[in-house]
Amino acid sequence: MSVRGVAAVVGIHEYESRFDPQASELSIEAESARRALDDAGLEKSDVDALYSHHGWNLAEYMNMFPDVIDTTQMGGGSYEFFAAHAAAAIAAGQCEVALVTYGSTGRSGGRAVERNPIRGRVPALPDGFEEPYGPTTLGRYALVARRHMHEFGTTSEQLAAISVSTRKHASTNPFAVFRDPITVDDVLNSRMVSDPLHLLDCCIVSDGGGAFIITSAARAKDLKKKPVYILGTGQAVAHPGIGNRDLTTIAAGQSHKHAFEEAGVTHKDIDLLMAYDSFTITVLTTIENLGFVKKGEGGAFVETGALDLDGKLPTNTDGGGLSSNHPGQRGIFLIFESVRQLRGEREGNQLKDPKLALAHGTGGSLSTRHSGGTIILSTEV
Amino acid sequence: MATEQQPYRKPLPELHPEIAPYYTGGLRAELMIKFCPNCNISFHYPRTVCPECLKSDTVWRRASGKGTVYSYTITYQNLSPGFREEVPYVLALVDLAEGVRVMTNIIDCDPKDVSVGMPVEVTWERAEELAIPKFRPQKS
Amino acid sequence: MSIRGKAAIVGIHEYESRFDPQASELSIQADSISRALDDAGLTKDDVDAMYSHSGFLLAEYLNIFPDNIDTTQVGGGSYEFHIAHAAAAIAAGQCEVAVISYGSTARTAQRAIGTGGTATRRVPFHPEGFEAPYGTTTVGIYGLVARRHMHEFGTTSEQLAAISVSTRQHAMTNPFAVMRDEITVADVINSRVVSDPLHLLDCCLVTDGGGAFVMTSAERAKSLKKKPVFVLGAGQAVAHPGMGTRDLTTIAAAQSSKKAFAESGVKHKDVDLLMAYDSFTITVLTTIENLGFVKKGEGGPFVAEGNLTLKGKLPTNTDGGGLSSNHPGQRGIFLVFESVRQLRGERDGNQIKNAKVAVAHGTGGGLSVRHSGGTVVLSTEV
Ligand SMILES: [Zn+2]
Repeated sequence: MSVRGVAAVVGIHEYESRFDPQASELSIEAESARRALDDAGLEKSDVDALYSHHGWNLAEYMNMFPDVIDTTQMGGGSYEFFAAHAAAAIAAGQCEVALVTYGSTGRSGGRAVERNPIRGRVPALPDGFEEPYGPTTLGRYALVARRHMHEFGTTSEQLAAISVSTRKHASTNPFAVFRDPITVDDVLNSRMVSDPLHLLDCCIVSDGGGAFIITSAARAKDLKKKPVYILGTGQAVAHPGIGNRDLTTIAAGQSHKHAFEEAGVTHKDIDLLMAYDSFTITVLTTIENLGFVKKGEGGAFVETGALDLDGKLPTNTDGGGLSSNHPGQRGIFLIFESVRQLRGEREGNQLKDPKLALAHGTGGSLSTRHSGGTIILSTEV
Repeated sequence: MATEQQPYRKPLPELHPEIAPYYTGGLRAELMIKFCPNCNISFHYPRTVCPECLKSDTVWRRASGKGTVYSYTITYQNLSPGFREEVPYVLALVDLAEGVRVMTNIIDCDPKDVSVGMPVEVTWERAEELAIPKFRPQKS
Repeated sequence: MSIRGKAAIVGIHEYESRFDPQASELSIQADSISRALDDAGLTKDDVDAMYSHSGFLLAEYLNIFPDNIDTTQVGGGSYEFHIAHAAAAIAAGQCEVAVISYGSTARTAQRAIGTGGTATRRVPFHPEGFEAPYGTTTVGIYGLVARRHMHEFGTTSEQLAAISVSTRQHAMTNPFAVMRDEITVADVINSRVVSDPLHLLDCCLVTDGGGAFVMTSAERAKSLKKKPVFVLGAGQAVAHPGMGTRDLTTIAAAQSSKKAFAESGVKHKDVDLLMAYDSFTITVLTTIENLGFVKKGEGGPFVAEGNLTLKGKLPTNTDGGGLSSNHPGQRGIFLVFESVRQLRGERDGNQIKNAKVAVAHGTGGGLSVRHSGGTVVLSTEV
């Protein structure tokens, strides 16, 4: 048995504002839930499963009593894990309508995603072996970038090409924070934050969130919008192991195998890639580890404009975390843009007749411990 | 109105715009409760988004400040600063006339005199820029 | 489709020590997983799913790379939720061998679980902002339910005390239990009042500890070392103050038990063992009522008649529970261990004769505010 085609995404809502000091995390989630339900043509009373890091707090805020509750915390990739878990729960008959939500006031709350907030005594494991040396989130990703450059000759110019392509996409998104075109030089000339990563290699910090609805394929047929079916799911974590990890091999190297196998599709069938872009190096290693190109070929690949709308692998067509928004855990937005594209609702940057999208969320820290969740979505079963 | 002479040591909420009137209404001697005009219901705790219809046009309303004790416990042990010095104190749930229940303390009386069903009315404890709604026996 | 009979618990290990300053939360989990896998006749390489609040920290500690990871945190009842989620993942073919684990050093760390109050000054406004300013403690949060139950149904402190007494009788047969001296109703009533109407002996202990168990498909379970304990039904629920309107004596168990019993096809009278989360005596009382073993308000007389003892109508918490054996903070996992021991016939000194069906119900969070309830129905047969 598998979850192939058993469930579908039938409603989405991306919270528009990128800076909203009046909002709270719970209000963003509740507001988005209503609008995602509207999008699907469903009511709050239809929901019988809740996937949110706010668990019973969100259930209370929305005064609901779901029969399935999942709060799995896998960082930015949590939402792909939620989709995988919800598909299994629906397949197993534990629930029929699952609500997946995210809300964050990362910007108005003054959260410094790029700085290291830890002071004083830290937990012995694993922080005790890292925090004394001052790793920032950026630094943890920069270690991978440096190693990738060393092993494969990847250049800063190649990483910058990812920022440039993503900005092109963002220029078509009215809600994106950054919409002015940039060049490779702009990226290289931006401030060095953690060598070799420049400011424009990094995602932005914004408020935001959203919600999506998953239901059974049977029920999806009667709803308002064209269903987007879940064909395959994969979950993985990667970590330093016993101190012997290959830094350029990330969780995506494991999670995508199960997802492709379950979906029964091949790489060349994929029309859209939504790859978590906390940093440019995240995108590069994701493309390689998902198997779209061989390890070490990612730099040359992205440099050719492959991630543009008319490229070989259109990627992050909403403008990504690099240019559109990044409230801290961006995995949910990968699902939103996948659904918009597969429905043909992506005004101004629509792929022609896309059938298959792959969303891959990465959470945690790439060089130390992180999660990878792969979801393959399709207009057809 | 009860006042605190010492620096306030008990936990206080972040004064976010979504909830602020509950903790500032007392500065004007007003107990503020959230209301949804679409559903014609009051609810607590306060939220921007109505927990019934999930719409965001909810409003604040002044409550009567009268209610009855739904349940209570006399707390004899609490190790956290502020409360450590106040034990025994009464932690209570009070049903407001508006039909919602709030957590609070019953003050201005001997804890042993508190009972389920007892009529109570709102009073406030000042704490920094806030006024914490508390309840005391109704004066008949 | 349902998960009925699709998965089974095939290995368990309860960490023996109740006070272990050398251990860490991760070492307790890793050690327990290793021994639970031994119990099942499996190895680390067989594991492809991990259910733990420690998430990738535990994966790293064990150097494993599971294909399914779930860190669902709903307090003490989390482990019953993990069973429900793992059963679904196994039924849906996402994984085959799941390890569920827990480790805590609450006692070594001198954590004041019941009466520590809230340390930080400015608390998050939803929901703590409407509670912490009034001096909530965990005991107080449960005391509010006890008071209301007494008011509505005439439940007495003596009846609540009977739960502590029965539980202690069970603990006396458990060599690892922290408290093993016999107690009486008077002992409970005469113990210090912590948050009226709850006395010290109405409250669970604070200990170190943890453990692990292994789940796999019913198919694979057949070829393993021990007799499989099948998952027949699983229910999940949360309860919360809603809009400020909640009936305090109705808890999450009322919702979760309906689903679990319906799925399993088991009737209440078929249940040989109840493992009911016992953070406090009132937790057990409301759980028994809300699971439907007795009507609301009848729980007090029911427990006072000694029905929770081995010879009673509903033997409950036969390991000595959180009240007498151990409570490292989130005790739901121990309900599973004792259920499996009883159903396997491995409960030396306190074995229920020929036990076939056990119900484990975990409660997490604060009973009068927001909490979870996870019900699982376990059986020796499908
Ligand atoms: Zn409303």
